Amino acid sequence: MRRALPRRAALGLCLAGLAPPAGAQPRSVLLASTTSTEQSGLFRHLLPLFTRQTGIAVRVVALGTGQALDVARRGDADAVLVHDPEAEARFVAEGHGIGRRAVMRNDFVLVGPAADPARIAGMRDAAAALRRIAAARAPFVSRGDRSGTHGAELALWRAAGLDPAAAARDGRWYRALGQGMGPTLNAAAAQEAYVLSDRGTWLAFRNRGTLRLLVEGDPRLRNPYSVILVNPARHPHVRHADARALADWLVSPEGQRAIADYRIGGEPLFLPDALPEADGQPP
Amino acid sequence: MEDFGTAFAIALRLIGSGDPALLGIVRLSLAVSAAAVLLAALVGLPLGALLAVARFPGRRAVIVALNALMGLPPVVAGLAIYLLLSRSGPLGGLGLLFTPAAMVLAQAVLIAPILAALSRQVLAAMWEEYAEQLRSFGAGPWRAVPTLLRDGRFALATVLLAGFGRASAEVGAVMIVGGNIEGFTRVMTTAIALETAKGDLPLALALGAVLMAIVLAVNAAVQLLRDAAARRAA
Repeated sequence: MRRALPRRAALGLCLAGLAPPAGAQPRSVLLASTTSTEQSGLFRHLLPLFTRQTGIAVRVVALGTGQALDVARRGDADAVLVHDPEAEARFVAEGHGIGRRAVMRNDFVLVGPAADPARIAGMRDAAAALRRIAAARAPFVSRGDRSGTHGAELALWRAAGLDPAAAARDGRWYRALGQGMGPTLNAAAAQEAYVLSDRGTWLAFRNRGTLRLLVEGDPRLRNPYSVILVNPARHPHVRHADARALADWLVSPEGQRAIADYRIGGEPLFLPDALPEADGQPP
Repeated sequence: MEDFGTAFAIALRLIGSGDPALLGIVRLSLAVSAAAVLLAALVGLPLGALLAVARFPGRRAVIVALNALMGLPPVVAGLAIYLLLSRSGPLGGLGLLFTPAAMVLAQAVLIAPILAALSRQVLAAMWEEYAEQLRSFGAGPWRAVPTLLRDGRFALATVLLAGFGRASAEVGAVMIVGGNIEGFTRVMTTAIALETAKGDLPLALALGAVLMAIVLAVNAAVQLLRDAAARRAA
Protein backbone atom coordinates (compact mmCIF):
# COMPACT_ATOMS: atom_id res chain seq x y z
CA MET A 1 0.00 0.00 0.00
CA ARG A 2 3.02 2.28 0.19
CA ARG A 3 2.66 2.96 -3.52
CA ALA A 4 -0.87 4.21 -3.10
CA LEU A 5 0.05 7.01 -0.72
CA PRO A 6 1.48 9.54 -3.17
CA ARG A 7 -1.40 8.76 -5.46
CA ARG A 8 -3.85 9.56 -2.69
CA ALA A 9 -2.09 12.81 -1.99
CA ALA A 10 -2.35 13.68 -5.68
CA LEU A 11 -6.03 12.82 -5.64
CA GLY A 12 -6.54 15.09 -2.65
CA LEU A 13 -4.85 17.93 -4.48
CA CYS A 14 -6.95 17.31 -7.54
CA LEU A 15 -10.21 17.36 -5.59
CA ALA A 16 -9.10 20.53 -3.86
CA GLY A 17 -8.62 22.07 -7.30
CA LEU A 18 -12.20 21.15 -8.13
CA ALA A 19 -13.69 22.94 -5.16
CA PRO A 20 -15.16 26.30 -6.11
CA PRO A 21 -12.95 29.20 -5.03
CA ALA A 22 -13.53 29.41 -1.30
CA GLY A 23 -15.73 32.29 -0.22
CA ALA A 24 -16.04 33.70 -3.74
CA GLN A 25 -19.72 32.82 -4.09
CA PRO A 26 -20.99 31.80 -0.69
CA ARG A 27 -24.61 32.11 -1.76
CA SER A 28 -26.12 30.46 -4.79
CA VAL A 29 -29.46 29.37 -6.13
CA LEU A 30 -30.03 26.44 -8.45
CA LEU A 31 -32.58 27.38 -11.10
CA ALA A 32 -33.97 24.60 -13.29
CA SER A 33 -35.10 26.23 -16.49
CA THR A 34 -35.69 25.70 -20.16
CA THR A 35 -33.44 25.40 -23.16
CA SER A 36 -35.24 28.36 -24.76
CA THR A 37 -34.23 30.79 -22.00
CA GLU A 38 -30.62 29.61 -21.93
CA GLN A 39 -30.06 29.16 -25.66
CA SER A 40 -31.60 32.53 -26.49
CA GLY A 41 -28.91 34.20 -24.35
CA LEU A 42 -31.42 35.79 -21.94
CA PHE A 43 -29.82 34.43 -18.77
CA ARG A 44 -26.39 35.66 -19.71
CA HIS A 45 -27.88 39.15 -19.97
CA LEU A 46 -30.19 38.95 -16.95
CA LEU A 47 -28.53 36.99 -14.18
CA PRO A 48 -25.26 38.94 -13.78
CA LEU A 49 -27.40 42.01 -12.96
CA PHE A 50 -29.09 40.12 -10.14
CA THR A 51 -25.84 38.63 -8.86
CA ARG A 52 -24.10 42.03 -8.80
CA GLN A 53 -26.90 43.47 -6.71
CA THR A 54 -27.45 40.67 -4.23
CA GLY A 55 -24.23 38.64 -4.19
CA ILE A 56 -26.30 35.52 -4.95
CA ALA A 57 -24.94 33.44 -7.82
CA VAL A 58 -27.55 31.73 -10.00
CA ARG A 59 -26.68 28.30 -11.36
CA VAL A 60 -28.88 27.41 -14.29
CA VAL A 61 -29.57 23.86 -15.40
CA ALA A 62 -31.31 24.15 -18.76
CA LEU A 63 -33.71 21.31 -19.64
CA GLY A 64 -37.11 20.94 -21.25
CA THR A 65 -39.96 22.17 -19.04
CA GLY A 66 -41.11 18.61 -18.22
CA GLN A 67 -37.60 17.58 -17.19
CA ALA A 68 -37.00 20.82 -15.26
CA LEU A 69 -40.15 20.18 -13.23
CA ASP A 70 -39.03 16.57 -12.62
CA VAL A 71 -35.66 17.77 -11.31
CA ALA A 72 -37.51 20.15 -8.95
CA ARG A 73 -39.90 17.38 -7.88
CA ARG A 74 -36.92 15.35 -6.70
CA GLY A 75 -35.73 18.36 -4.69
CA ASP A 76 -32.67 18.97 -6.86
CA ALA A 77 -33.46 22.63 -7.67
CA ASP A 78 -34.40 25.67 -5.58
CA ALA A 79 -36.67 27.29 -8.17
CA VAL A 80 -37.91 26.77 -11.73
CA LEU A 81 -38.56 29.18 -14.59
CA VAL A 82 -40.65 27.31 -17.15
CA HIS A 83 -43.38 27.68 -19.76
CA ASP A 84 -46.11 25.07 -19.70
CA PRO A 85 -49.15 26.44 -17.80
CA GLU A 86 -50.85 23.03 -17.48
CA ALA A 87 -47.77 21.23 -16.19
CA GLU A 88 -47.00 24.16 -13.85
CA ALA A 89 -50.47 24.04 -12.34
CA ARG A 90 -50.04 20.30 -11.76
CA PHE A 91 -46.64 20.86 -10.13
CA VAL A 92 -48.15 23.39 -7.69
CA ALA A 93 -51.24 21.29 -7.01
CA GLU A 94 -49.04 18.30 -6.09
CA GLY A 95 -47.49 20.45 -3.37
CA HIS A 96 -44.00 20.62 -4.92
CA GLY A 97 -44.07 24.30 -5.77
CA ILE A 98 -45.26 27.53 -4.17
CA GLY A 99 -45.50 31.19 -5.14
CA ARG A 100 -46.01 30.73 -8.88
CA ARG A 101 -45.79 34.08 -10.63
CA ALA A 102 -45.92 35.19 -14.25
CA VAL A 103 -42.57 36.67 -15.34
CA MET A 104 -42.58 37.23 -19.08
CA ARG A 105 -43.89 35.92 -22.33
CA ASN A 106 -42.95 35.63 -25.92
CA ASP A 107 -44.67 33.72 -28.64
CA PHE A 108 -44.21 30.69 -30.80
CA VAL A 109 -43.66 30.98 -34.51
CA LEU A 110 -44.05 28.48 -37.32
CA VAL A 111 -40.82 28.23 -39.23
CA GLY A 112 -40.25 26.36 -42.47
CA PRO A 113 -38.25 26.15 -45.69
CA ALA A 114 -38.30 29.18 -47.98
CA ALA A 115 -39.76 26.98 -50.75
CA ASP A 116 -42.82 26.50 -48.47
CA PRO A 117 -44.34 23.38 -50.12
CA ALA A 118 -47.48 23.59 -47.91
CA ARG A 119 -48.01 27.29 -48.82
CA ILE A 120 -48.51 28.62 -45.29
CA ALA A 121 -46.44 31.83 -45.47
CA GLY A 122 -48.33 34.81 -44.08
CA MET A 123 -51.25 32.81 -42.63
CA ARG A 124 -52.62 34.10 -39.32
CA ASP A 125 -54.38 30.89 -38.25
CA ALA A 126 -51.70 28.52 -36.96
CA ALA A 127 -54.07 25.53 -36.72
CA ALA A 128 -55.11 25.97 -40.34
CA ALA A 129 -51.44 26.15 -41.29
CA LEU A 130 -50.83 22.81 -39.56
CA ARG A 131 -53.75 21.29 -41.47
CA ARG A 132 -52.13 22.40 -44.74
CA ILE A 133 -48.78 20.92 -43.70
CA ALA A 134 -50.50 17.62 -42.89
CA ALA A 135 -52.47 17.66 -46.16
CA ALA A 136 -49.27 18.25 -48.13
CA ARG A 137 -47.47 15.62 -46.02
CA ALA A 138 -44.62 18.12 -45.86
CA PRO A 139 -41.84 17.22 -43.40
CA PHE A 140 -42.51 18.55 -39.88
CA VAL A 141 -40.09 18.06 -36.99
CA SER A 142 -41.37 18.02 -33.42
CA ARG A 143 -39.43 18.51 -30.19
CA GLY A 144 -41.03 15.32 -28.86
CA ASP A 145 -39.47 15.90 -25.43
CA ARG A 146 -42.32 16.95 -23.10
CA SER A 147 -41.00 20.50 -23.15
CA GLY A 148 -43.24 23.57 -22.96
CA THR A 149 -42.83 24.04 -26.70
CA HIS A 150 -43.75 20.40 -27.33
CA GLY A 151 -46.86 20.84 -25.14
CA ALA A 152 -47.86 23.94 -27.12
CA GLU A 153 -47.32 22.09 -30.41
CA LEU A 154 -49.53 19.18 -29.32
CA ALA A 155 -52.26 21.61 -28.21
CA LEU A 156 -52.08 23.25 -31.63
CA TRP A 157 -52.47 19.90 -33.44
CA ARG A 158 -55.49 19.19 -31.24
CA ALA A 159 -56.92 22.61 -32.19
CA ALA A 160 -56.38 21.64 -35.83
CA GLY A 161 -58.37 18.45 -35.24
CA LEU A 162 -55.39 16.24 -36.09
CA ASP A 163 -53.54 13.55 -34.19
CA PRO A 164 -49.77 13.76 -34.69
CA ALA A 165 -49.25 10.31 -33.14
CA ALA A 166 -51.37 8.81 -35.91
CA ALA A 167 -49.55 10.97 -38.43
CA ALA A 168 -46.24 9.64 -37.20
CA ARG A 169 -47.46 6.09 -37.76
CA ASP A 170 -49.04 6.76 -41.13
CA GLY A 171 -46.10 8.35 -42.85
CA ARG A 172 -42.64 9.72 -42.55
CA TRP A 173 -43.48 13.41 -42.69
CA TYR A 174 -43.96 13.91 -38.91
CA ARG A 175 -40.68 13.39 -37.05
CA ALA A 176 -40.50 13.58 -33.24
CA LEU A 177 -36.88 14.05 -32.21
CA GLY A 178 -36.81 14.13 -28.40
CA GLN A 179 -34.34 17.02 -28.54
CA GLY A 180 -33.99 20.59 -27.31
CA MET A 181 -35.07 23.59 -29.39
CA GLY A 182 -31.63 24.22 -30.90
CA PRO A 183 -31.01 20.65 -32.11
CA THR A 184 -34.57 20.54 -33.43
CA LEU A 185 -33.98 23.72 -35.45
CA ASN A 186 -30.70 22.22 -36.69
CA ALA A 187 -32.61 19.14 -37.84
CA ALA A 188 -35.33 21.23 -39.48
CA ALA A 189 -32.70 23.25 -41.36
CA ALA A 190 -31.00 20.06 -42.56
CA GLN A 191 -34.26 18.40 -43.65
CA GLU A 192 -36.03 21.53 -44.94
CA ALA A 193 -38.86 20.76 -42.57
CA TYR A 194 -41.48 22.85 -40.80
CA VAL A 195 -41.08 23.34 -37.04
CA LEU A 196 -42.73 25.21 -34.17
CA SER A 197 -40.16 27.31 -32.29
CA ASP A 198 -40.25 29.88 -29.55
CA ARG A 199 -39.39 33.27 -31.00
CA GLY A 200 -36.42 33.82 -28.67
CA THR A 201 -34.48 30.74 -29.71
CA TRP A 202 -35.38 31.37 -33.36
CA LEU A 203 -34.04 34.94 -33.23
CA ALA A 204 -30.80 33.83 -31.56
CA PHE A 205 -30.37 30.77 -33.81
CA ARG A 206 -27.46 30.96 -36.21
CA ASN A 207 -27.65 27.87 -38.43
CA ARG A 208 -30.90 28.74 -40.26
CA GLY A 209 -30.10 27.44 -43.73
CA THR A 210 -33.19 28.03 -45.87
CA LEU A 211 -35.55 28.29 -42.88
CA ARG A 212 -37.84 31.36 -42.75
CA LEU A 213 -40.41 32.62 -40.29
CA LEU A 214 -43.73 31.81 -41.99
CA VAL A 215 -46.61 32.11 -39.50
CA GLU A 216 -46.92 34.37 -36.45
CA GLY A 217 -49.47 36.38 -34.51
CA ASP A 218 -52.13 33.72 -33.77
CA PRO A 219 -53.32 34.27 -30.15
CA ARG A 220 -52.92 30.51 -29.66
CA LEU A 221 -49.17 30.98 -30.14
CA ARG A 222 -48.75 32.87 -26.86
CA ASN A 223 -45.98 31.49 -24.65
CA PRO A 224 -46.05 32.55 -20.98
CA TYR A 225 -43.16 31.89 -18.57
CA SER A 226 -43.60 31.57 -14.81
CA VAL A 227 -41.26 31.30 -11.88
CA ILE A 228 -42.13 28.79 -9.13
CA LEU A 229 -40.30 28.22 -5.84
CA VAL A 230 -39.66 24.66 -4.73
CA ASN A 231 -41.71 24.07 -1.59
CA PRO A 232 -39.36 24.13 1.45
CA ALA A 233 -41.92 22.21 3.49
CA ARG A 234 -41.49 19.33 1.02
CA HIS A 235 -37.74 19.71 0.49
CA PRO A 236 -36.21 21.27 3.64
CA HIS A 237 -32.70 21.60 2.18
CA VAL A 238 -33.64 24.08 -0.58
CA ARG A 239 -32.16 27.56 -0.41
CA HIS A 240 -35.57 29.10 -0.11
CA ALA A 241 -34.71 32.66 0.97
CA ASP A 242 -32.25 33.17 -1.86
CA ALA A 243 -34.62 31.56 -4.36
CA ARG A 244 -37.36 33.93 -3.22
CA ALA A 245 -34.98 36.86 -3.63
CA LEU A 246 -34.42 35.79 -7.25
CA ALA A 247 -38.15 35.40 -7.96
CA ASP A 248 -38.90 38.76 -6.34
CA TRP A 249 -36.23 40.43 -8.44
CA LEU A 250 -37.49 38.87 -11.69
CA VAL A 251 -40.97 40.39 -11.21
CA SER A 252 -39.67 43.69 -9.75
CA PRO A 253 -39.74 46.80 -11.98
CA GLU A 254 -35.98 46.50 -12.34
CA GLY A 255 -36.01 42.83 -13.35
CA GLN A 256 -38.87 43.47 -15.74
CA ARG A 257 -37.00 46.35 -17.35
CA ALA A 258 -33.91 44.15 -17.75
CA ILE A 259 -36.02 41.50 -19.52
CA ALA A 260 -37.46 44.14 -21.88
CA ASP A 261 -33.95 45.42 -22.61
CA TYR A 262 -32.72 42.11 -24.02
CA ARG A 263 -32.88 42.43 -27.78
CA ILE A 264 -31.32 40.79 -30.80
CA GLY A 265 -31.13 42.95 -33.91
CA GLY A 266 -33.38 45.52 -32.20
CA GLU A 267 -36.13 42.96 -31.64
CA PRO A 268 -37.12 42.13 -28.04
CA LEU A 269 -37.05 38.38 -27.32
CA PHE A 270 -39.27 38.37 -24.24
CA LEU A 271 -41.97 40.80 -23.08
CA PRO A 272 -42.19 41.49 -19.35
CA ASP A 273 -45.44 40.03 -18.11
CA ALA A 274 -45.46 40.29 -14.32
CA LEU A 275 -48.73 41.58 -12.94
CA PRO A 276 -48.60 44.63 -10.66
CA GLU A 277 -49.89 42.49 -7.79
CA ALA A 278 -46.97 40.41 -6.55
CA ASP A 279 -49.04 37.28 -6.11
CA GLY A 280 -51.01 37.49 -9.32
CA GLN A 281 -51.81 34.28 -11.13
CA PRO A 282 -50.31 33.76 -14.55
CA PRO A 283 -52.77 34.16 -17.42
CA MET B 1 -15.61 23.25 -46.64
CA GLU B 2 -15.41 26.89 -45.55
CA ASP B 3 -16.97 25.78 -42.22
CA PHE B 4 -13.74 24.04 -41.27
CA GLY B 5 -11.63 27.05 -42.27
CA THR B 6 -13.85 29.36 -40.21
CA ALA B 7 -13.75 26.99 -37.26
CA PHE B 8 -9.97 26.76 -37.41
CA ALA B 9 -9.60 30.53 -37.50
CA ILE B 10 -11.95 30.89 -34.52
CA ALA B 11 -10.06 28.18 -32.64
CA LEU B 12 -6.75 30.01 -33.12
CA ARG B 13 -8.33 33.29 -32.04
CA LEU B 14 -9.86 31.61 -28.95
CA ILE B 15 -6.52 30.12 -27.92
CA GLY B 16 -4.74 33.41 -28.55
CA SER B 17 -7.27 35.55 -26.72
CA GLY B 18 -6.85 33.79 -23.37
CA ASP B 19 -10.56 34.41 -22.72
CA PRO B 20 -11.06 33.84 -18.96
CA ALA B 21 -14.37 32.01 -19.47
CA LEU B 22 -12.70 29.58 -21.89
CA LEU B 23 -9.72 29.14 -19.57
CA GLY B 24 -12.10 28.32 -16.71
CA ILE B 25 -13.82 25.68 -18.85
CA VAL B 26 -10.46 24.19 -19.91
CA ARG B 27 -9.19 24.17 -16.32
CA LEU B 28 -12.33 22.40 -15.10
CA SER B 29 -12.18 19.84 -17.93
CA LEU B 30 -8.59 18.96 -17.04
CA ALA B 31 -9.21 18.88 -13.28
CA VAL B 32 -12.35 16.72 -13.55
CA SER B 33 -10.80 14.21 -15.95
CA ALA B 34 -7.50 14.02 -14.04
CA ALA B 35 -9.31 13.46 -10.73
CA ALA B 36 -11.48 10.81 -12.40
CA VAL B 37 -8.40 9.00 -13.74
CA LEU B 38 -6.78 9.01 -10.28
CA LEU B 39 -9.94 7.81 -8.58
CA ALA B 40 -10.48 5.08 -11.18
CA ALA B 41 -6.79 4.08 -10.98
CA LEU B 42 -7.06 3.46 -7.23
CA VAL B 43 -9.63 0.76 -7.98
CA GLY B 44 -8.83 -0.28 -11.53
CA LEU B 45 -5.07 -0.88 -11.43
CA PRO B 46 -4.96 -3.12 -8.32
CA LEU B 47 -7.95 -5.01 -9.68
CA GLY B 48 -6.24 -5.44 -13.06
CA ALA B 49 -3.04 -6.65 -11.37
CA LEU B 50 -4.92 -9.07 -9.18
CA LEU B 51 -6.72 -10.54 -12.17
CA ALA B 52 -3.38 -10.87 -13.95
CA VAL B 53 -1.70 -12.90 -11.22
CA ALA B 54 -4.32 -14.60 -9.09
CA ARG B 55 -6.33 -17.67 -10.04
CA PHE B 56 -9.59 -17.91 -8.19
CA PRO B 57 -13.06 -19.27 -8.90
CA GLY B 58 -15.12 -16.80 -10.91
CA ARG B 59 -12.06 -15.01 -12.28
CA ARG B 60 -13.12 -15.52 -15.88
CA ALA B 61 -16.57 -14.22 -15.07
CA VAL B 62 -15.05 -11.06 -13.56
CA ILE B 63 -12.94 -10.56 -16.70
CA VAL B 64 -15.96 -10.99 -18.97
CA ALA B 65 -17.93 -8.56 -16.81
CA LEU B 66 -15.12 -5.99 -16.95
CA ASN B 67 -14.88 -6.25 -20.71
CA ALA B 68 -18.63 -5.81 -20.96
CA LEU B 69 -18.54 -2.81 -18.62
CA MET B 70 -16.12 -1.10 -21.01
CA GLY B 71 -19.16 -0.77 -23.26
CA LEU B 72 -21.32 0.81 -20.55
CA PRO B 73 -23.21 3.65 -22.26
CA PRO B 74 -22.23 6.94 -20.57
CA VAL B 75 -25.84 8.08 -20.48
CA VAL B 76 -26.78 5.00 -18.46
CA ALA B 77 -23.91 5.55 -16.03
CA GLY B 78 -24.90 9.21 -15.76
CA LEU B 79 -28.52 8.36 -15.10
CA ALA B 80 -27.63 5.84 -12.39
CA ILE B 81 -25.37 8.34 -10.64
CA TYR B 82 -28.00 11.04 -11.03
CA LEU B 83 -30.54 8.85 -9.23
CA LEU B 84 -28.00 7.98 -6.51
CA LEU B 85 -26.99 11.60 -5.88
CA SER B 86 -30.41 13.20 -6.28
CA ARG B 87 -31.89 14.68 -3.11
CA SER B 88 -34.52 11.94 -3.33
CA GLY B 89 -31.85 9.25 -3.81
CA PRO B 90 -29.83 7.28 -1.25
CA LEU B 91 -26.83 9.66 -1.34
CA GLY B 92 -28.90 12.85 -1.67
CA GLY B 93 -27.78 14.14 1.71
CA LEU B 94 -24.30 14.78 0.32
CA GLY B 95 -25.68 17.51 -1.94
CA LEU B 96 -23.29 16.48 -4.73
CA LEU B 97 -25.65 16.56 -7.70
CA PHE B 98 -24.84 19.32 -10.23
CA THR B 99 -21.32 19.78 -8.84
CA PRO B 100 -17.89 18.93 -10.32
CA ALA B 101 -17.51 16.12 -7.76
CA ALA B 102 -20.50 14.34 -9.31
CA MET B 103 -18.83 14.64 -12.72
CA VAL B 104 -15.61 13.11 -11.35
CA LEU B 105 -17.60 10.20 -9.97
CA ALA B 106 -19.41 9.62 -13.29
CA GLN B 107 -16.20 9.65 -15.32
CA ALA B 108 -14.43 7.42 -12.80
CA VAL B 109 -17.22 4.83 -13.02
CA LEU B 110 -16.92 4.87 -16.80
CA ILE B 111 -13.14 4.48 -17.00
CA ALA B 112 -12.40 2.18 -14.04
CA PRO B 113 -13.37 -0.93 -16.10
CA ILE B 114 -11.16 0.30 -18.95
CA LEU B 115 -8.19 0.78 -16.64
CA ALA B 116 -8.75 -2.63 -15.04
CA ALA B 117 -9.14 -4.51 -18.33
CA LEU B 118 -6.21 -2.83 -20.09
CA SER B 119 -3.88 -3.09 -17.09
CA ARG B 120 -4.76 -6.76 -16.72
CA GLN B 121 -3.60 -7.38 -20.28
CA VAL B 122 -0.36 -5.46 -19.81
CA LEU B 123 0.44 -7.06 -16.48
CA ALA B 124 -0.53 -10.59 -17.48
CA ALA B 125 2.16 -10.46 -20.17
CA MET B 126 4.70 -9.27 -17.58
CA TRP B 127 3.59 -11.89 -15.10
CA GLU B 128 4.38 -14.68 -17.57
CA GLU B 129 8.00 -13.53 -17.53
CA TYR B 130 8.17 -12.88 -13.80
CA ALA B 131 6.16 -15.67 -12.28
CA GLU B 132 9.02 -18.12 -11.93
CA GLN B 133 11.37 -15.56 -10.50
CA LEU B 134 8.95 -14.17 -7.94
CA ARG B 135 7.83 -17.63 -6.88
CA SER B 136 11.43 -18.64 -6.32
CA PHE B 137 11.64 -15.79 -3.78
CA GLY B 138 8.60 -17.30 -2.12
CA ALA B 139 6.32 -14.41 -3.11
CA GLY B 140 2.65 -15.31 -3.51
CA PRO B 141 0.35 -13.55 -5.95
CA TRP B 142 -0.67 -11.00 -3.29
CA ARG B 143 2.91 -9.90 -2.77
CA ALA B 144 3.47 -9.82 -6.51
CA VAL B 145 0.77 -7.19 -7.16
CA PRO B 146 2.71 -4.16 -5.84
CA THR B 147 5.87 -5.35 -7.59
CA LEU B 148 4.07 -5.73 -10.89
CA LEU B 149 2.44 -2.32 -10.58
CA ARG B 150 5.79 -0.70 -9.88
CA ASP B 151 7.70 -2.45 -12.65
CA GLY B 152 4.88 -1.96 -15.11
CA ARG B 153 4.51 1.75 -14.43
CA PHE B 154 5.69 2.89 -17.86
CA ALA B 155 3.28 0.65 -19.66
CA LEU B 156 0.54 1.61 -17.21
CA ALA B 157 1.07 5.31 -18.02
CA THR B 158 -0.32 4.53 -21.48
CA VAL B 159 -3.28 2.78 -19.88
CA LEU B 160 -3.95 5.86 -17.73
CA LEU B 161 -3.76 8.06 -20.84
CA ALA B 162 -6.36 5.91 -22.55
CA GLY B 163 -8.58 6.47 -19.52
CA PHE B 164 -7.90 10.19 -19.57
CA GLY B 165 -8.79 10.40 -23.26
CA ARG B 166 -12.07 8.64 -22.73
CA ALA B 167 -12.87 10.76 -19.66
CA SER B 168 -12.19 14.10 -21.31
CA ALA B 169 -14.18 13.12 -24.42
CA GLU B 170 -17.21 12.14 -22.37
CA VAL B 171 -20.36 14.26 -22.67
CA GLY B 172 -23.52 12.26 -21.92
CA ALA B 173 -22.87 11.44 -18.28
CA VAL B 174 -21.35 14.77 -17.21
CA MET B 175 -24.22 16.61 -18.87
CA ILE B 176 -26.72 14.70 -16.71
CA VAL B 177 -24.93 14.81 -13.35
CA GLY B 178 -23.19 18.19 -13.81
CA GLY B 179 -26.02 20.09 -15.47
CA ASN B 180 -23.71 22.13 -17.75
CA ILE B 181 -23.95 25.14 -15.40
CA GLU B 182 -22.08 28.14 -16.79
CA GLY B 183 -19.01 28.99 -14.73
CA PHE B 184 -19.47 26.00 -12.42
CA THR B 185 -19.90 22.64 -14.16
CA ARG B 186 -19.46 23.55 -17.83
CA VAL B 187 -16.62 21.59 -19.42
CA MET B 188 -15.33 21.50 -22.99
CA THR B 189 -17.64 18.74 -24.21
CA THR B 190 -20.82 20.19 -22.70
CA ALA B 191 -19.87 23.64 -24.04
CA ILE B 192 -19.51 22.08 -27.50
CA ALA B 193 -22.92 20.43 -27.14
CA LEU B 194 -24.45 23.77 -26.10
CA GLU B 195 -22.98 25.73 -29.01
CA THR B 196 -24.15 23.00 -31.40
CA ALA B 197 -27.62 23.34 -29.90
CA LYS B 198 -27.50 27.11 -30.43
CA GLY B 199 -26.65 26.51 -34.07
CA ASP B 200 -23.25 28.18 -33.76
CA LEU B 201 -21.53 25.31 -35.55
CA PRO B 202 -18.21 27.09 -36.31
CA LEU B 203 -17.76 27.99 -32.61
CA ALA B 204 -18.68 24.43 -31.58
CA LEU B 205 -16.16 22.99 -34.02
CA ALA B 206 -13.54 25.50 -32.85
CA LEU B 207 -14.04 24.40 -29.23
CA GLY B 208 -13.60 20.83 -30.47
CA ALA B 209 -10.29 21.79 -32.04
CA VAL B 210 -9.19 23.41 -28.77
CA LEU B 211 -10.12 20.24 -26.88
CA MET B 212 -8.14 18.10 -29.31
CA ALA B 213 -5.13 20.40 -28.94
CA ILE B 214 -5.28 20.04 -25.16
CA VAL B 215 -5.59 16.24 -25.26
CA LEU B 216 -2.70 16.15 -27.72
CA ALA B 217 -0.57 18.30 -25.41
CA VAL B 218 -1.34 16.10 -22.40
CA ASN B 219 -0.44 12.95 -24.34
CA ALA B 220 2.80 14.47 -25.62
CA ALA B 221 3.76 15.63 -22.12
CA VAL B 222 3.16 12.21 -20.57
CA GLN B 223 5.05 10.52 -23.41
CA LEU B 224 8.07 12.79 -22.83
CA LEU B 225 8.01 12.24 -19.05
CA ARG B 226 7.71 8.52 -19.60
CA ASP B 227 10.65 8.39 -22.00
CA ALA B 228 12.81 10.46 -19.64
CA ALA B 229 11.93 8.25 -16.67
CA ALA B 230 12.52 5.07 -18.68
CA ARG B 231 15.96 6.31 -19.70
CA ARG B 232 16.81 7.08 -16.08
CA ALA B 233 15.60 3.69 -14.94
CA ALA B 234 17.62 1.85 -17.60
